[in-house]
Amino acid sequence: MKYLDEYRDAPAAERLLRRIGAVVTRPWVIMEVCGSQTHTLLRYGIDQMLPEKITLVHGPGCPVCVTPVEAIDQAVALAGRPDVIFVSYGDMLRVPGSEKDLLSVKAEGGDVRMVYSPLDAVKLARQNPQRKVVFFAIGFETTAPANAMAVWLARRQGLDNFFVLTSQVLVPPAVELIAASPDNQVQGFLAPGHVCTVTGYCEYEPIARQWRVPIVVTGFEPLDLLQGILMLVSQLEEGRHEVENQYTRSVRREGNRQAQAIMAEVFEVMDHKWRGIGLIPRSGLRLREAYARFDAARVFGLQDMTCQEAAVCISGLVLQGVRKPPECPAFGTDCTPERPLGAPMVSAEGACAAYYAYRRQETVRR
Amino acid sequence: MTEFTCPIPLSEYPRVLLAHGGGGRLSQHLIEKMLYPSFENRLLEPLHDGAILSLDGGRLAFTTDSYVVHPLFFPGGDIGHLSVFGTANDLAMCGARPLYISCGLILEEGLPMKDLWRVILSIREAAAEAGVQVITGDTKVVERGKGDGVFINTSGIGSVLPGLDVGPHRLRPGDEIVISGPIGLHGIAIMALREGIELETEISSDSAPVYPMVEALAAAGLDIHMLRDPTRGGVSSALNEMASRGGVGIRLDEEPLPIPADVEGVCEILGLDPLYVANEGNFLAIVAAGQGARTVETLRQHPLGARAALIGRVAAEHPGIVVMKTSIGGERVVDMMSGEQLPRIC
Repeated sequence: MKYLDEYRDAPAAERLLRRIGAVVTRPWVIMEVCGSQTHTLLRYGIDQMLPEKITLVHGPGCPVCVTPVEAIDQAVALAGRPDVIFVSYGDMLRVPGSEKDLLSVKAEGGDVRMVYSPLDAVKLARQNPQRKVVFFAIGFETTAPANAMAVWLARRQGLDNFFVLTSQVLVPPAVELIAASPDNQVQGFLAPGHVCTVTGYCEYEPIARQWRVPIVVTGFEPLDLLQGILMLVSQLEEGRHEVENQYTRSVRREGNRQAQAIMAEVFEVMDHKWRGIGLIPRSGLRLREAYARFDAARVFGLQDMTCQEAAVCISGLVLQGVRKPPECPAFGTDCTPERPLGAPMVSAEGACAAYYAYRRQETVRR
Repeated sequence: MTEFTCPIPLSEYPRVLLAHGGGGRLSQHLIEKMLYPSFENRLLEPLHDGAILSLDGGRLAFTTDSYVVHPLFFPGGDIGHLSVFGTANDLAMCGARPLYISCGLILEEGLPMKDLWRVILSIREAAAEAGVQVITGDTKVVERGKGDGVFINTSGIGSVLPGLDVGPHRLRPGDEIVISGPIGLHGIAIMALREGIELETEISSDSAPVYPMVEALAAAGLDIHMLRDPTRGGVSSALNEMASRGGVGIRLDEEPLPIPADVEGVCEILGLDPLYVANEGNFLAIVAAGQGARTVETLRQHPLGARAALIGRVAAEHPGIVVMKTSIGGERVVDMMSGEQLPRIC
């Protein structure tokens, strides 16, 4: 298929693998930040085709995984209200809160709907003026512009029954947290191509300089990842620590200015809690005061909900690349995609789900 | 004797979820933990698409299926066609010529009479095409809001072709796996319609009777070990079930999988895997070692089999697990679908 098969071409993959093999002389630990990159690596078996000297660790770039339990509990509380239509992206529906997930609320009679675009939620609000429509606005800089656009549009259309429950996070502060950690093992980063399509990559330049780590903005197809790894390993071998762009067909240094403008119009930066990791300064977005009347947590008085995470789940360490999923005592036993203890086992982008789906053979052997 | 307490811990699933009907792992739990132990008997035991029973010296296949697809009408078919072809195909997967079906209609109050008539005409047309007669039926009407227009249940009876013995008990290492036609058309046709995805060319469901192809394979003297139509849960769930019930491993090749470009495109947009998408007009044939190429040749002489392909083989290693060689030469496990990918598509 056009624009797809080209990036999954077997002879080209083999050539890139040979070049990586020729460049690498020492052991290197590199992190792919984004969960979709993790899935491509495991889905195509790339992790097993790379030279043994290269160790891949999986990063925190799974929006579903890092959404705090409190946000899920708020969502569950809202979705159970008879006056509410609760609208969400599909993979949030099965993420466990402290008691249950959104699909269970749906089975109990809650009006929970799945959409592919937040603008569909705005449409639902327009079509159902007697109901309150709450959209679960989660994600990284990739979803933020569309989520912001939904709020902006709701205000322009004068809707008073549309609300968003937000849990928006930003990638660069999380990358910096990992790079700056005293026991950091990661020597280079593959930065998330789609986040950078929106934000550009200026923000990564000071991180690369200060912590002396090379960063390569990388796409999501097998050849993208192989090329990104080649660029990163070449930098490491040559002792360089620059920000380079592999994903040139989508990413420009300055990013998408219009997307950034709508984000800045609707959201402001704040400190944010990441599930399994904790509070990261200036790593989240909240609605600006001018848009406060769309903030579901405020309007429905849910801001003070707190809760506990499953003690056995090591998802925080998995998300920071310190541990791999099969090292978790609950992996594949107490924690499975049918009965997940932590979010990385649920989401299509979660590292635990990727290992469970694509690498179970080894897990079985283990 | 199984105790008569609910075998699915209430703490796990106090209520039925859509995924319990999705054809993936939760459906399997329901069958293996609740349904099979409750009804346990020799004929049910193979947990095949239908039961095979001997009656006065002849061998009959008997099957039942319910159809709740939404929307009722879609490109390439409607709930009427589906309810006939689906059940006829389940019989074909038992190695049987479909003969008779029943037709139970559950209608929702307020359904436009012209829609009902359209469905009935489809059933009539599909029965003629599949070579079956509708010989008994039932109609119930439920209050508005308690159904979804039309639900249909059909049961079917067919006669097993002489000399055929198909089922997971016949799977052997070295057996070759052939798919008779393109993957993912039905599920994606429904999904594209529901999600309002507009394409340059319309994707039509592959809903069709597959028995003529099964008959052609038998007539060619091929040693057929197992037949399976990859409906709900798609090719991956069908192969995983085979691997676990036959106690064998399965090696799959990604490269020859016949996935139409439109299906691949929609799957990319929606983040789906074509291997989990439902089909209604193709089947997997597992034949004795060395017979895969001739199976493909035989199928390709049939219009529905034009894209038949040899896609893998049965292996002795890793029993119960399906492993695929990826298009760029890596390896990965193809897991059974967990939860639901496409709700209510057949």
